[in-house]
Amino acid sequence: MEITQLLLNAQSIDATARKRSEESLKQFQDQNLPGFLLSLSGELANDEKPVDSRKLAGLVLKNTLDAKEQHRKNELAQRWLSLDDSVKSQVKACLLQTLSSLVLDARSTASQVIAKLAGIELPQKHWPELIGVLLSNIHQLQPHVKQATLETLGYLCEEVSPEVVDQDQVNKILTAVVQGMNASEGNNDVRLAATRALYNALGFAQANFSNNMERDYIMRVVCEATLSPEVKIRQAAFECLVAISSTYYDKLAPYMQDIFNITAKAVREDEEPVALQAIEFWSSICDEEIDILDDYGSDFTADSDIPCFYFIKQALPALVPMLLETLLKQEEDQDQDEGAWNIAMAGGTCLGLVARTVGDDIIPLVMPFMEGNISKSDWRQREAATYAFGSIMEGPSPEKLASIVNVALTFMLTALMKDPSNHVKDTTAWTLGRIFEFMHGSTMETPVITRENCQQILTVLLQSMKDVPNVAEKACGALYFLAQGYEDVGSASPLIPFFQDIIQALLTVTHREDAGESRLRTAAYESLNEVVRCSTEETAPTVLQLVPVLMTELHQSLEAQKLTSDEREKQNELQGLLCGCLQVLIQKLGSAESTKYMFMQYTDQMMDLFLRVFACRNATVHGEAMLAIGSLAYVSGPNFVKYMQGFYPYLELGLQNFEDYQVCAISVGVVGDVCRVIEDKILPFCDGIMTHLLKDLSSNLLHRSVKPPIFSCFGDIALAIGENFEKYLIYAMPMLQSAAELSSHAALADDEMLEYTNQLRSGILEAYAGILQGFKNSPKAQLLTPYAPHILHFLDSLHNEKDMDDMVMKTAVGVLGDLADTLGASAGLLIKQSVSSNDFLEECLSSDDLLIKESADWAKKAITRAISG
Amino acid sequence: MRLHELRRPFKRPAISDQQRRREFALLRQAQQRSDSQNLARRLASSVLDLPNPASTVDAQSDLTESGDLDAVLAMEATEEREAISPTARDLDVVQASKLKGSEGRRWFSRQLMLPEWMIDVPPNLGRDWYVFARPAGKRCFVVSSSGSTVSRLRNGSVLHCFPSSLPNGARTKEMSAPSHVYCILDCIFHEPDQTYYVIDMVCWRGYSLYDCTAEFRFFWLNSKLLESGACNSPSAYHRYRFSVVPIYDCNQIGLRSAYTGVVPYIKDGLLFYNRHAHYETGNTPLALVWKDEFCSQYVLDTDSKGQVPAEQQVILELHDGGKLITSDDPPIVVGCLDRDFLQQSGSQIGYLLRFTVKDESVRIADGKLQLGDIKFISRANRARAFADSYSKIFFQYAARHSPLQFQDLIAAMQSNFDEKSGATDVEMAG
Repeated sequence: MEITQLLLNAQSIDATARKRSEESLKQFQDQNLPGFLLSLSGELANDEKPVDSRKLAGLVLKNTLDAKEQHRKNELAQRWLSLDDSVKSQVKACLLQTLSSLVLDARSTASQVIAKLAGIELPQKHWPELIGVLLSNIHQLQPHVKQATLETLGYLCEEVSPEVVDQDQVNKILTAVVQGMNASEGNNDVRLAATRALYNALGFAQANFSNNMERDYIMRVVCEATLSPEVKIRQAAFECLVAISSTYYDKLAPYMQDIFNITAKAVREDEEPVALQAIEFWSSICDEEIDILDDYGSDFTADSDIPCFYFIKQALPALVPMLLETLLKQEEDQDQDEGAWNIAMAGGTCLGLVARTVGDDIIPLVMPFMEGNISKSDWRQREAATYAFGSIMEGPSPEKLASIVNVALTFMLTALMKDPSNHVKDTTAWTLGRIFEFMHGSTMETPVITRENCQQILTVLLQSMKDVPNVAEKACGALYFLAQGYEDVGSASPLIPFFQDIIQALLTVTHREDAGESRLRTAAYESLNEVVRCSTEETAPTVLQLVPVLMTELHQSLEAQKLTSDEREKQNELQGLLCGCLQVLIQKLGSAESTKYMFMQYTDQMMDLFLRVFACRNATVHGEAMLAIGSLAYVSGPNFVKYMQGFYPYLELGLQNFEDYQVCAISVGVVGDVCRVIEDKILPFCDGIMTHLLKDLSSNLLHRSVKPPIFSCFGDIALAIGENFEKYLIYAMPMLQSAAELSSHAALADDEMLEYTNQLRSGILEAYAGILQGFKNSPKAQLLTPYAPHILHFLDSLHNEKDMDDMVMKTAVGVLGDLADTLGASAGLLIKQSVSSNDFLEECLSSDDLLIKESADWAKKAITRAISG
Repeated sequence: MRLHELRRPFKRPAISDQQRRREFALLRQAQQRSDSQNLARRLASSVLDLPNPASTVDAQSDLTESGDLDAVLAMEATEEREAISPTARDLDVVQASKLKGSEGRRWFSRQLMLPEWMIDVPPNLGRDWYVFARPAGKRCFVVSSSGSTVSRLRNGSVLHCFPSSLPNGARTKEMSAPSHVYCILDCIFHEPDQTYYVIDMVCWRGYSLYDCTAEFRFFWLNSKLLESGACNSPSAYHRYRFSVVPIYDCNQIGLRSAYTGVVPYIKDGLLFYNRHAHYETGNTPLALVWKDEFCSQYVLDTDSKGQVPAEQQVILELHDGGKLITSDDPPIVVGCLDRDFLQQSGSQIGYLLRFTVKDESVRIADGKLQLGDIKFISRANRARAFADSYSKIFFQYAARHSPLQFQDLIAAMQSNFDEKSGATDVEMAG
């Protein structure tokens, strides 16, 4: 069958036909990839063909070049690059030709495919003429070609990183894009495409934004575009402003007055999608300033690279009234709708960010609004007043807020009970939660919650937990922070007399028929967790009683039969919550000798339940159960060995879970836990564990964040099994060596990479430390001697790179000592002879960080002793 | 095209409880890994014998004893810089102040330096020691940070949260300081005049004094506390007054002054600090407490009703196998409970139990106290965090039979002096 028909059938309503043609397409691709690609690109380029087949041809073509998972993406890129040049140029020619098609869908699809190809080829320095060809299109007169070309440039900027394109071409792209945005451009489609393209191209414009004239021009054009009669252009232009606010914050000062006027007008008058972007501009400025001010105040990083311009502080008198107005534009049922996002929500969120940015200064601007509206008959006014108040709880100093909160508290408690509007009650309960979160705790100088009003607060919250789900959810959230505030007052906690009632009320919520709505069940369990974490010795018996209750619920959930997929999902969610709560109980009860003893009677059954949980294949639940088992191992101590036989198969599954890498990471952590508690009793399982860990390390499917903990885990295993680690040395050591090699010469492009590299180094060093200590005093210790020069070399290169963090430094100097401690004179002499090692040791000995100094002291003694003894 | 995510979290906490659980688990694992590695390094390795304090102590005392003004000024100048990179242990304090509930209590209950009871006079008492009268009251750890001040009792529970003039101890405009500025003081809260008497300084403006000699700490304490305004009368931003206590060189004059001198507070015995000792957490023989009826109302321990019982009582911790141990590190086993009793009473490992000591069964052999017959009374008050230390039990026993008297201390001073004059401790200058 010819390709057109296949592509049309693939979209048929007849499932059999669809399936058959999909199979044929796949067969075609497998048997003759070049022919397949040529057919698809030919189809896309052919104006005689139906639009549906052309569109699908383009999409299938795109999927042969790109995938979500990074490793698959790399494979596909390699496959494309290895194709015959003539095939590649024919495909590219078809794509470029399609940009001139009169059919919008065909042009648009071609744009996306070209961008994907650019993402593959430009970094390899292939297809050098592409950008030139696109730019020459811009000068064509036909608007549809211009539009398609600008769209392509936009996608291209999204796919390609700025380093790949030289500045000359960047300048040309930006010139074309900004010209296309200009008010003089008569065609709205072109102007819209250009505005959207600029959004992606902003990352390329570093140099241009540093040039005053060019920046002025870009900013003028963007601001003008926000006034376009076409709503989509206005929206896209505001999106550009939002992106500029975070990328070029430090360049904005000259434009802030104009931007304020533009955004204020949009917030007040424009359609919602535009108004939301206008508010987002200010939220984004807040994000920037909060980060900068955080850097100013933080302990070690000294100053921020970028100075704070205090835009928010300056705009405050006008900005706050504008935001307060938006609060009155609520939608009727927004609290029942999980996906809702409207101007009132955005405005309140922005107000909260403004409060965090400026602190106390916001209070006098918000109080008149709050006082003027809180008792009005229109629910909108009462809700807006409450929401404004709740929004400013974080930021201002508690002392400044305390007197206001003291007055408001009684009012809020009454409103939560009596207000006729659910919306008002929802926001009131949330505001109470905010008050407890930021104004309550043992370190507050001016406590707003006293022994006297605490009982009333509790009564209201527990009552409110019976209200409609969205209100009850917020009440649970408020209880969470109420409990948290008492976490370190011990026996003085006023919650103690009501503890039983609180627990009972929360359990009742979890059993409500409608607990699935508004995230109510989750909120109730989370509060239960926090109430348990903050509980005191006095209430330990009640906490202990929770164990069998929750275990029974987990048991019942696991017994549930014949579920629809929807019901199964709900049960899984419940099981996750129950495992989470049990984990909190294990930690709480395990942390005191007296309760630990009583708790131990449940461990057998509990372990049994966790193993059954693994049987249902749900990543979240799996992770929660694994976390709980880690805690259980710690509490059980050496006795944990009796569970190993049953647990091991699931541990293995966890270690192989590449897809849900967090489950894999948790499982790796649990291996460490188990090693520490059962020590050499882990030996029978080590062959399997080591095999999986080594596989994990060599896989490029596994998320990189799991790799450092795997190295640390080698250390845990070696420390537990000692010289029995011998047989894994030939596998583990080369892996450690090559990872060490990589991590000592990593190109540290950014902070994130530096952090990862340091995690990797820590992992490697912890592995060396564990292995060296594991072999100490063993006749087999000398097996490690051949590796000593490499380890020393690694330490030297770390020392020379000068970019270790404290954690790495401490572990590194410890390993220096471990080498001498385990290997004796030979290693001791190697170290003594190394100038770099001695420098490093001296540096650590005079470190201000006590942990580093401690490790260094130890290392120095170990070395001295190795040489002398 | 990928667009900026417009929707922001709405009425939701910033971190989910699940994320919190994960982070807790990671922290716990990292801590345990580091613990077991440290254990491995210490075990089976003879390197970690007692550290030789000579080198650091000498350096430190040279600095202050010589009265080298430049050095002190240099110290002062580096104060700010040091504050930016506090040591890991101090960081722990900042982190610990965020610890929650019982974990916080447990952490703080381990941070005080606890003097042993003086059961015999240490050599060189007249040369290497300081003495001062201990104010009667609640021993506590006072931490000022992030604009507030918190005091915690010996068992780790919070006594007061209040604003103070200590650096970063209150949230006022003129005093606002970066978050790394904080102080840790070892104090006694004296109820009658509502004053915190500072008996030691552990950290000042982020500058750690853990590894400094007592000599230097007391010097710093006396010069810095006054400057801060913490000794001023209470005000809105300074709820409690702080005060220093007069500290004397432990010679005959100093000892007599501490013993009989007039102080604004009620005395509860004398404290002796070795001038070369660092601030060590837990029990230490380098700080000693001594009492008699003249300088303390509380020489003999009271029972749970506040009465002095006819027979000596002790608090011991139940350990595995029914062993009863003291709070020393390493603990000393002073008795054992039998299995039947354990089952009947439902006592569990870690419980603190109160016993009566049968006088006639006590033996002192080779200077060591052995409790013979002890009788169980009850479980100890829950507020207690520790069992008695060996030195306390010994001191209490001695106080009931043949107490170490003030005259003995004075006499020791005399003999110390003799010893000193006869000693040939000459520094070779080459």
